[in-house]
Amino acid sequence: MTQSDQGSLLLDPTSERSLAVREPATRLSSLDGHTIGLLDISKARGDIFLDRVQERLIERGARVKRFAKPTFAKIAPANLRGEIAVECDAVIEALAD
Amino acid sequence: MSMSGAGILGFRVAASEPGACSERCSIGGSLFRNRPPRRTRSRETMTEYDREPRALFVHREGDVWQCDPGGLDKIHKNSLALLLPGTEPIFAEWLAPGQIAPGKMPVLLSRVLMASSPRLSTAAPRLPSGLVAFVKKSCATCEAVVPVLEQLAARGDLTIYCQDDPKFPEDLGAIDDSTLLYSWRQQIDVVPTLIRVESGAEVDRVIGWHRAEWEALSGETNLGLLLPAQRPGCGSLSVDPNLEAELAARFGDSPLRARRIAVAEQEDEIEAMYARGWSDGLPLTPPTEKRVMAMLAGTSRKADEVVAVVPPDHVECSVEKVAINAVMAGCRPEYLPVVIAALEAACTDAFNMHGLLSTTLGTGPVVIVNGPIRNEIGMNSGMNVLGQGNRANLTIGRALALVIRNVGGGRPGEGEVDRATFGSPMKLSFCFAEDEEHSPWHPLAVDHGFEAGVNTVTLFAGEGPRNIIDQLSRDPESLARSFAVNMRTVHHPKMAIGFDCLLVVGPEHARVFHQAGWDKAKLIERLHELLQIPGDELVRGAGGIAEGLPEGVAGTMIPKFRPGGIQIVHCGGRAGLFSALIGGWISGEMGSQLVTKEITP
Repeated sequence: MTQSDQGSLLLDPTSERSLAVREPATRLSSLDGHTIGLLDISKARGDIFLDRVQERLIERGARVKRFAKPTFAKIAPANLRGEIAVECDAVIEALAD
Repeated sequence: MSMSGAGILGFRVAASEPGACSERCSIGGSLFRNRPPRRTRSRETMTEYDREPRALFVHREGDVWQCDPGGLDKIHKNSLALLLPGTEPIFAEWLAPGQIAPGKMPVLLSRVLMASSPRLSTAAPRLPSGLVAFVKKSCATCEAVVPVLEQLAARGDLTIYCQDDPKFPEDLGAIDDSTLLYSWRQQIDVVPTLIRVESGAEVDRVIGWHRAEWEALSGETNLGLLLPAQRPGCGSLSVDPNLEAELAARFGDSPLRARRIAVAEQEDEIEAMYARGWSDGLPLTPPTEKRVMAMLAGTSRKADEVVAVVPPDHVECSVEKVAINAVMAGCRPEYLPVVIAALEAACTDAFNMHGLLSTTLGTGPVVIVNGPIRNEIGMNSGMNVLGQGNRANLTIGRALALVIRNVGGGRPGEGEVDRATFGSPMKLSFCFAEDEEHSPWHPLAVDHGFEAGVNTVTLFAGEGPRNIIDQLSRDPESLARSFAVNMRTVHHPKMAIGFDCLLVVGPEHARVFHQAGWDKAKLIERLHELLQIPGDELVRGAGGIAEGLPEGVAGTMIPKFRPGGIQIVHCGGRAGLFSALIGGWISGEMGSQLVTKEITP
């Protein structure tokens, strides 16, 4: 039946998936002794921004690890995401040019 | 409740007791007792209905059958009527052996059943034993054989199914097959068709009128002596090309697995689709089962075959989902293979659709079609080639964008992946065909490893087109220089290397090169030479403009485009000394690479 006085039936064009909503990790209460990842997405001048952020974090007692995506134009590789998740307590990503 | 023997057109409940169902079950009587059908065969028939409970209604949720609560208005869209044991005599008039004959059912019951999902369809209805004839009144041969049918009816074992008029032939008690269920299931191609059935199985059939064959099949003699010895029949309505897709959707073992979305009678379909967020902003064609089945006929691929994993949600996309979105985009079935190939190309790591979608730049997929299919499906490669007015061009590009939107989840807006600063009208659809017939050069796809004459689709990550006007150059060097100064401005005259360029050369410009003996490779080579730019002009601050390349480029020569970063395609109207320029998105492995895929049937 395509259409009748009962209305019509359409086929769902979507993936019919409900994407899982994930809660962000709990925010750190302090920086002391924690490892903060700094992710450079490889946009121009992102490194300048992250260099400054790194200085400020170290001043406040945090450890810092630097990471970089191969290109800002693609999603971060799974192994990079995994590395950050295992080695860091929090991550800061530099998005802007 | 046992469901043995279930079929779409009604069931016997082999071992059911009314109490076996939950108390909410509607034991059929409520259907007619509380709410008489708006149309009934006769007043007497309706009164007969009211006497006894006789049917219950069920629908299926996944693999579980649910009893429907009472009241016709509560009957589920996919409800099936189940006849309770012992009630067959009440339905005798509507029952063929083991089945309800659709044309003999009350209107409302019939409609409920016809609304059933084709997923529920099962085996073909059994034919009664004896002789079975399929006819339609609008067939002259069927009219002519009425006396023969009367002869055969005298035997007492003739059952007639009529496709277009249940009163035809008069007084022979034909079964109404206007839904064409029986005709479709019995694969009737021609009427009249006479079939001999034994124990529910077909033994023999003849088509059209042929006295000797009819006599051999029926075992009778002297049939239709006033008729010519033979006369061809007419096409069965069940093979009418206009009905094919609808019948397949309704009665076939439907391959469609997508969720059905019911749009209420009072609801406007177009508005309902907008409300669900399926639209790119323009109205969509409602993707009904009939239309999607017709669309799927455009490809030999199975409906459940996975075409690609579509970003940004990285969801597997079946041929069926592509077909649904192609219907919505306005495609014809013959466009579907192009859409499928375009989606395959878009979803490669090399093309990087995810990045192209999520960039703040106003770019998107540019779809270029090569090969004979361009003309077979009526694509435009001539006048107004990049513009409006051609269904294939516009809807193929739109279908690709809709798949990415609806299946991949790539929508624009806050909180979504696509947050382009400006976007571009080309993101609605940007698809065209190369004019191979009038081109002095080989097609674009040949540059990427395909033989000329192969159907291909090429995807280039780019922006909208921009004109290059040069009405004075009559030698190739001058025209190449015109191209180069325009190409230098792609995205910014002080930017270089990071972006490719698709040069759309119009016929009048192509002629200038052709007459001078320049092939495509020579033009590209010269353009690369002309687009070597002094770094001093590109460096940040040069020309009083902060934008530009880092200090290190000063004193060097910098190519505007990387090697392989200039692509050429030939198309456009035959009049106009113009070409067009399509600037690319981030090029190469760091961004997007041009991808060509073969279009397969």
